Amino acid sequence: MRGNMFEKADIAIVGGGPAGLAAAAAACMEGIEAEKILIIERGGELGGILNQCIHNGFGLHTFKEELTGPEYAARYIEQVEEMGIPCLLNTIVTDIRADADGKKRMTVMNRTDGLFEIEAGAVILAMGCRERPRGALNIPGYRPAGIYSAGTAQHYVNIEGRMPGKEAVILGSGDIGLIMARRMTLEGAKVKLVAELMPYSGGLKRNIVQCLDDYGIPLKLSHTVVDIDGKERVKGVTIAKVDEKRRPIPGTEEYIGCDTLLLSCGLIPENELSAGMGVNLNPATSGPVVNESMETNISGVFACGNVLHVHDLVDYVSEEAANAGRHAASYIQQEAEEKRKKTQEGRLGIDGSCTVKRGMGCQEITIKAENGIRYTVPSVIRLAHMREEELIRFRTGDIYKDVSLAVRFNDTVVMRFHKKIMAPGEMEQIRLKKPKLEAFEGLREITLFIEGQ
Amino acid sequence: MAKPLFNQEENLNIEERDISAGADDVMRERKMKKYDVMIIGAGVSGSAIARELSAYDRKTAVLERASDICEGTSKANSGIVHAGYDAEPGTKKAALNLRGNTLMEKLAKQLDFPFRRNGSLVLCFEEKDRGRLEKLLEKGKKNGVEGLRILEKEELLQLEPGLSSKAAAALYAPSGGIVCPFGLTAALAENAYVNGVDFYLNTEVKAVKKTAEGYRLETADEVFFSRIVVNAAGVYADELHNMVSGKKLHITPRKGEYCLFDKTVGDSVSHTVFQLPTEYGKGVLVTPTVHGNLLVGPTAMDIEEKEGVNTTAPGLKDVLEKGGLSVRALPAGKVITSFAGLRAHEDGGDFVIGEVKDAKGFIDVAGIESPGLTCAPAIGEYVAAIVQEMMPAARKRNFVAERKGIALIAGMDNRERQEKIRENPAYANVICRCELVTEGEIMDAIHRPLGAVTLDGVKRRTRAGMGRCQAGFCSAKTVEILARELGKDIGEITKAGGGSVFLSD
Repeated sequence: MRGNMFEKADIAIVGGGPAGLAAAAAACMEGIEAEKILIIERGGELGGILNQCIHNGFGLHTFKEELTGPEYAARYIEQVEEMGIPCLLNTIVTDIRADADGKKRMTVMNRTDGLFEIEAGAVILAMGCRERPRGALNIPGYRPAGIYSAGTAQHYVNIEGRMPGKEAVILGSGDIGLIMARRMTLEGAKVKLVAELMPYSGGLKRNIVQCLDDYGIPLKLSHTVVDIDGKERVKGVTIAKVDEKRRPIPGTEEYIGCDTLLLSCGLIPENELSAGMGVNLNPATSGPVVNESMETNISGVFACGNVLHVHDLVDYVSEEAANAGRHAASYIQQEAEEKRKKTQEGRLGIDGSCTVKRGMGCQEITIKAENGIRYTVPSVIRLAHMREEELIRFRTGDIYKDVSLAVRFNDTVVMRFHKKIMAPGEMEQIRLKKPKLEAFEGLREITLFIEGQ
Repeated sequence: MAKPLFNQEENLNIEERDISAGADDVMRERKMKKYDVMIIGAGVSGSAIARELSAYDRKTAVLERASDICEGTSKANSGIVHAGYDAEPGTKKAALNLRGNTLMEKLAKQLDFPFRRNGSLVLCFEEKDRGRLEKLLEKGKKNGVEGLRILEKEELLQLEPGLSSKAAAALYAPSGGIVCPFGLTAALAENAYVNGVDFYLNTEVKAVKKTAEGYRLETADEVFFSRIVVNAAGVYADELHNMVSGKKLHITPRKGEYCLFDKTVGDSVSHTVFQLPTEYGKGVLVTPTVHGNLLVGPTAMDIEEKEGVNTTAPGLKDVLEKGGLSVRALPAGKVITSFAGLRAHEDGGDFVIGEVKDAKGFIDVAGIESPGLTCAPAIGEYVAAIVQEMMPAARKRNFVAERKGIALIAGMDNRERQEKIRENPAYANVICRCELVTEGEIMDAIHRPLGAVTLDGVKRRTRAGMGRCQAGFCSAKTVEILARELGKDIGEITKAGGGSVFLSD
């Protein structure tokens, strides 16, 4: 069909944002030849959404310095380029299949090569997420121009150098919304207020201070937009206070004149491809269910970054993605090893059919989230594949102050951490040590919960 | 065969000039465009009429106030092809419904728009209402609807397992169907255009004046003259009618709110599921759309404002509550958008179609509420016959009856996609991820006859932005393509014409 070097890969990575880049670099460092790794990116350049995040604050954990989004991305892009890992840009994956022979086959298309198939030994899903749109919020009113997701507004301001509006109201206090409140203000727009449905912000504390407080932009918690005015372009919105069940309270309506409504009401992992190939999704994260290796229910299919669960800091994305990259590499290495053994056994006349398949038959421990904990990633640990220590990441469903975060092994509480504060906007983590898990006889289930809740 | 009144080269008829006119007006009159038939309104009715008339040797034009076709009632409705049991026997609604339903299938093939005969059900929830179900059946038979029968609970749930177990029985109408309202309207309008009908967009008729030979139609900066006027102005049809007739019409905009659900729940039902009116009021319908979404609605609220297409909190709540009665589970979390449309309800309750008694040559197509979409092909036929009687003309020998829609990548298999990309690599550049719409399709939408000039125009023609992210991801890219292809700055591109710009600088 076409003479393209990209038709076969050991590891194909869907998405060239921070997750895909870190996964690719890690897989290479783990011993997979660079040219047998392939990054497929739908945009015209690597770096994903970081390219439009021109504010600083990235990389504090990873590089111990404050970088802008493009700078942070550049560190990984340079690494991937130096390693010589091939990338297909402007290329969309329309479909991935996990075939019975263990190979993953994906259909991709781009302008230069047309439509073709890529066969991969392992796939790393790193497609990221998208913003929750107005429709999903079911905000009543007219449907004029001037309603943007915060990310679209960010694209206009930072990439196109154009202003989406002069007077804005922002619904939702997600991080992009907070960043855009400051950005729009710096560019001369008047940001009238940020309304947040919940009694707490969905964004990072530091963003509330640096993007709202410093500019005198009011944050109205427990408020929402109940009507949108304007037939052609937004003329104003009506906001109202909500009760504890998030229902607008009659009589609290207030009309705010504005020409722009920005929405920063949450991010949704983009898992159409994953679902299409049969990957099990966790309703709490809208991302794949994964084990300690960031591997999904389909053997050899891994997930990392915001497609797995929405992160607060890109540093954590890179860390998690590197983990997925390493595991994908060892998956490929083991598969090769098994194949080699099988060939040898075949030659020696040994029946290879009793070979224990990778990951099968080993002790599986389920990780559960309860009482105030919304989810954990991973949600399964296979003891045999566990490293000396594994990070368990999670988010709470509410704000908790001065509480005890507890970890239960089967029915026994084995760890307690005092937490001064935990908020849904900030990702939390604990470390599990392998010897401790091994020492616990008959361990089937690890539960994270907030005591007394 | 009568000769058309005008042709392009003919000079201005001096009698048409207003004697009191000043110099500016005289200049304006010189530029006056003359037609045999002018249709006011490029909704589904106006477009269907235009398409029928385009088969005849006359000079025909359509005037549309919006920046695109299909911008009023035709863009926001249930997309249902009704079987025809609902209308009172003997009404225009009843006659045209049956004919429209019959014509739709052939038309869909000829003009290449999505249509599916999925059958419809009218649910009865309580035994005491069974009599009303029987009455509906009788009415349908009287109207000539074929295949109608009443299904008992067991058979009903077998046919449609997603229904609520509270459903006691249902009227089954196998001839009911679903259609893409944009696809239908665009197909009709494009075909009319290709066959020589002129379309004037952004052209609102401000005044209609009777002259000796026909009508003078005044817009903000132009004057048109037409021998025959067809008033298909939707919720504004009464205003236009009342400019020429002493016998007044009154149209009430009847708002209908809808919730559209994600494709992942599009198969919740396979038939269009109506409800018998209950003690809680007229029911709402739950239906799959031709594109695989689930649609629930509409409410029915009479309002004053003819542009009042805003949704309301009580309306949306009502939609979800009533829709929930019909099906086992309505996944409220899967709503991807909501919208409202206005039906043009005339006080008399029936369609008002025909020459106005005290305004010779002025044909009303007014009060076109449900089942108006279904009736459109029949309305086109009916009005064309009226025009033919008034001003007989020969059929064009070069009439093009077929039209090809935009080739959608999403509907192709890999081999077909490959082929398309080979022809034009722009078909490999995916712009809308949710609906899998490429740059190639968007460029086709812009450059085809009566092409898209707005974001909404592209959306309705290609489905770019109609998916679960509702253009959050692709709107900026689509705006960029529109600007590039139309030779404009992105700041000049609008959502739906007028002042609906995206940028403020």
